[in-house]
Amino acid sequence: MTGQVHSPASDSTEAGPKAFEAVCTVKSNDLANDAYRLLVLDAPRHILKCQPGQFFHLLCPVTDQHQPYLRRPMSIYSFDEEVGELAFLYKVEGEGTKAMATLTPGDSFNVLGPLGVGYSIKPDWNNLLLVARGVGLATLAPLAQEAARLGRKLTAICSARSEAALLSTEHFRRLGTEVISVTDEDGSSSVDNLRRLIEARIAEEGVDAFYTCGSNRLLKLLQELGKKHNIPGEIALEQQMACGLGMCQCCVRPFRKGDDIVQLRVCKEGPVFDLQEAMGW
Amino acid sequence: MVDLSVSVGSLTLKNPIMPASGTFSEDLSDVLDLNRLGALVAKTITRELRSGNPTPRVCEVRGSMLNSIGIPSKGVDYFLQNTVPFFHEYDTPFVASISAGTADEFAELCEQVSVPGVSAIEVNISCPNIEEDGKAFAMRPSTTLSVMEKLRGATDLPLWAKLTPNTGEIIEVAQAAEHGGADALVVANTLLSMAIDVRTRKPKLGNLMGGLSGPALKPITLRMTYQCAKAANIPVIGCGGITTLNDVLEYLIAGASAVQVGTATFINPTAMTALVDQLTTYMEEEGLADLSSIIGSVRDGEAADSQFLEATS
Repeated sequence: MTGQVHSPASDSTEAGPKAFEAVCTVKSNDLANDAYRLLVLDAPRHILKCQPGQFFHLLCPVTDQHQPYLRRPMSIYSFDEEVGELAFLYKVEGEGTKAMATLTPGDSFNVLGPLGVGYSIKPDWNNLLLVARGVGLATLAPLAQEAARLGRKLTAICSARSEAALLSTEHFRRLGTEVISVTDEDGSSSVDNLRRLIEARIAEEGVDAFYTCGSNRLLKLLQELGKKHNIPGEIALEQQMACGLGMCQCCVRPFRKGDDIVQLRVCKEGPVFDLQEAMGW
Repeated sequence: MVDLSVSVGSLTLKNPIMPASGTFSEDLSDVLDLNRLGALVAKTITRELRSGNPTPRVCEVRGSMLNSIGIPSKGVDYFLQNTVPFFHEYDTPFVASISAGTADEFAELCEQVSVPGVSAIEVNISCPNIEEDGKAFAMRPSTTLSVMEKLRGATDLPLWAKLTPNTGEIIEVAQAAEHGGADALVVANTLLSMAIDVRTRKPKLGNLMGGLSGPALKPITLRMTYQCAKAANIPVIGCGGITTLNDVLEYLIAGASAVQVGTATFINPTAMTALVDQLTTYMEEEGLADLSSIIGSVRDGEAADSQFLEATS
């Protein structure tokens, strides 16, 4: 049961990545902390030509207690074409993720992807700075994988409620990322402190590009700093989806294009967009 | 060799499976071979540009979904310059879908899309989102008749009237559409519905209300398909909640000449070609050469039939 799906990203890379519907096998689905789980799948290699920031559309299992109906879009946490492995880090929160939490090793799991347009790393971007919070860090983890592959320096400012709630920092470090942790607990995650941290980083080593996702507060801050220092950036955004392929027009968000405001589909034109074109919410 | 072909008026389709408008676009062309489908039905367009409804535009309910997309449209020029040529590459009949706020605008757009490459025009006289509180032409026989007459005068192409389940007069509306000049009836669009988030107490759709689709809708639209097939003398295309081969067969037995598959494609992007395969296998196993012995074969009996129609009129 494998279908080839048109990928909107196919124009932007030489290999022409494709999307597929495929049945994977659950390798593990363990707690990452009290609220998050890491789902690791044994996946066919042909579905693993992924770009950082792309997502899969997941067919969550129907159980006695949970009956999710539509697929759930979820950003890729990690992928390994060599090993044939695909992973998702998710917060157990709604009907879909509660159903996903019941998956056990050996279970089948139907995924559709990789979908959407991911993050880009331009040839002359050497010092990359990512700023993300909570589960948003999962979305940005493949960027660290790609930065390492390309030999670029990546700094990750990881924000969370508390030190204990910080996710993925070890994963980032293993990929060679310099990690700066900030928390609500000690007040270091405030916008003012983040601004100071980022300004210092710009002054000391320079920053060629910003990467973020999910948070309105971080979007505003990075837009401000990006404008001030003329630093480009990209943001991954979320929206409820139905088809995930661009057909149903359900997942639109507004973007600034020159003097116009246009509605773009998160599944097809996104989920990664230009930082300055994105609009707060 | 099983023959799955069906006739919808003057059009012959290679099989009875086609997408429902709004759940299909060029984007599906790489997941499945569009030439394997019976027809290709475009998303509804309006003449002017429309941005659509506020988000959230969909939500799920148990085993089904609600949507209130609001017909975002790139307008008729985009459609003629891009969409029609794209589908012209396939040897499957391409069906335009149009909507408008007034009968005159409707007729004007109908004329504009009557171009080579368009095999039929589905007239969405039923979309529950486009007018306030879901009012639509196809809610009443009188407004159905008048808009269909205007549309009939605007084109020589086959006209498929897409009816709404949001009416208490489905039989009268079906007959009005036929008298107004429809070549086929598509039964039906989504059913106006609502869902509320108990925690926030907000409606789950940005537009407050929206159309129910998916398996929960099927028994209702199947009933209406049956009623319309009985009451009208033009072909009926069944639509609503079709997910499995059994669903397809039910609609055909109820009297549908063909069916449209919508929400199922969101769950499984290859749902339509899977249904074509399953229908082929079924016919082989049953030893049936073509669909003529299935379509309209419901064993309802005279007495039950008259009682049923009475009970609902």
